[in-house]
Amino acid sequence: MATAPMKCEQVGTRPYDFILAFQEDNIGIIQLNRPQKLNAISLDLMKELVDCLEWMDQSDDIRCIVLTGNEKAFAAGADIEQMAKASTVDMLLLDQFERWDRIRKIHTPIIAAVSGYALGGGCELAMTCDMIVASETARFGQPEVNIGVIPGAGGTQRLTRAVGKARAMELVLTGRMFSAEEALDWGLINQIAPVELYLDTAKELAKTIASKPPVAVRLGKEAIMKAFDTTIEGGLDFERKAFYLLFASEDKQEGMNAFIEKRSPVFKGR
Amino acid sequence: MTAMTYETLLVELKASGVLQVLLNRPDKLNAFNDTLSFELIDVLKQAEKNPEVRCVLLTGAGRGFCAGQDLQSRSFSQNDSERPHLGESIRNRYMPIILKLRTLEKPVVCAVNGVAAGAGASLALACDYRLASEHASFIQSFIKVGLVPDSGACSLLPRLVGLGRAMDLMMTGRKVSAQEALDMGMINQLLPSEELMEKAMAFSQELASGPTKAYGLLKRAVNKAMDTDLASYLSYEADLQEIAGRTDDFKEGVMAFVEKRTPVFQGQ
Repeated sequence: MATAPMKCEQVGTRPYDFILAFQEDNIGIIQLNRPQKLNAISLDLMKELVDCLEWMDQSDDIRCIVLTGNEKAFAAGADIEQMAKASTVDMLLLDQFERWDRIRKIHTPIIAAVSGYALGGGCELAMTCDMIVASETARFGQPEVNIGVIPGAGGTQRLTRAVGKARAMELVLTGRMFSAEEALDWGLINQIAPVELYLDTAKELAKTIASKPPVAVRLGKEAIMKAFDTTIEGGLDFERKAFYLLFASEDKQEGMNAFIEKRSPVFKGR
Repeated sequence: MTAMTYETLLVELKASGVLQVLLNRPDKLNAFNDTLSFELIDVLKQAEKNPEVRCVLLTGAGRGFCAGQDLQSRSFSQNDSERPHLGESIRNRYMPIILKLRTLEKPVVCAVNGVAAGAGASLALACDYRLASEHASFIQSFIKVGLVPDSGACSLLPRLVGLGRAMDLMMTGRKVSAQEALDMGMINQLLPSEELMEKAMAFSQELASGPTKAYGLLKRAVNKAMDTDLASYLSYEADLQEIAGRTDDFKEGVMAFVEKRTPVFQGQ
């Protein structure tokens, strides 16, 4: 029950201690692997995760990434024992969230496959991904207020953008957990699947995306991300330039030719 | 599971995989007080976790099945200056029991040995299969004390007996005999009292030797079907069949069918 066995081959030469990395066809799968700690996000785990994401991002064979935990927990927040003794200056100097910012720079689409607890940093990690597929048993929440702080890894910003001000206020100020069904209703997540199938469902979505022309996928992701930190004018401008840019790609030519010739396209990633 | 001792329940896990849960406040017709509610929640959680449990059989000690909320228990006593917070009581005590009975992915059988009133009747309604003796009776007693039927009665009873009958029973609070309950489809079997436990156990054993995972998925499917549109349900059903198709028990079921023998299910 704790750690769902993966059918795919393990990849990478790096000896990770807190994550497992796999490749299946042309998707990468990263599994957080601290089951006895409900995958609490320690500094070391985050270091390995970012390293692995950047490595997969560089790989030509990996065109979409699935990030998952286990049935019981996607990730249950940060290591509170580590933080209990820390002062302001300790936290500032440590600047642990700097590493989280690097996830934003990943070009390859990332899908979080969430089952069980996604709390605090775990919820924020899921929201840092581009899409979320959840099991029926998933429980999300930003409970930081209960221990005298607030979300520190993007929770107030990403949750608000996803579910709106009123709901984000309620969730962050009460710290209450919310269900997969609520998350789906509010547009925070993409799909819900039975717990036995959530990983398969996420992998299926990843494989569909991986089958699309990678340059278009990359620019599509970039343009959508722009929507979060620019004006509509700037965003439209960016979109238009990216659209024009794709006319220089071989895959655009192949895609349009195949459409006209009524056959399936064969994309090369150029 | 061996270490489970309760104040208001007698719990025994049989070698067959049947977890027998006896509501055990016979002098109060097994009415719910706080302890009974929380112990029942606990035992259902244990039943969910323990893979050796493959069926739950619920029944009552003495001459009653369950008389519902114990109105003399402290949390319900009241005087003019202090009104009880029944909402809280429902959320903390009854809602978890009813939800767990419906979502527990193992069959839950109920042997109604005597009166099942109020939340006690609801408890029986939330089980998957009901056997009753001629001493059993069912009373939607809530309206008699000015309350709304609780513990899922308004959701479950109309589905079992139809809206018209359910409204009759809930508005009048009249007592329904075991025979009438059988006739209206509220219970599955009516048995002479001396045979009730033996038959209920035999039936539970049969379920306990069945494809447990498939029973669980079946309950999930029915729960979904009760609150969704056909198209969404059918898509969900496809997912559940995908899961069932991957089980060892399905493999065994098909093999046994082909080999013309009785399947031996492991519950996986």
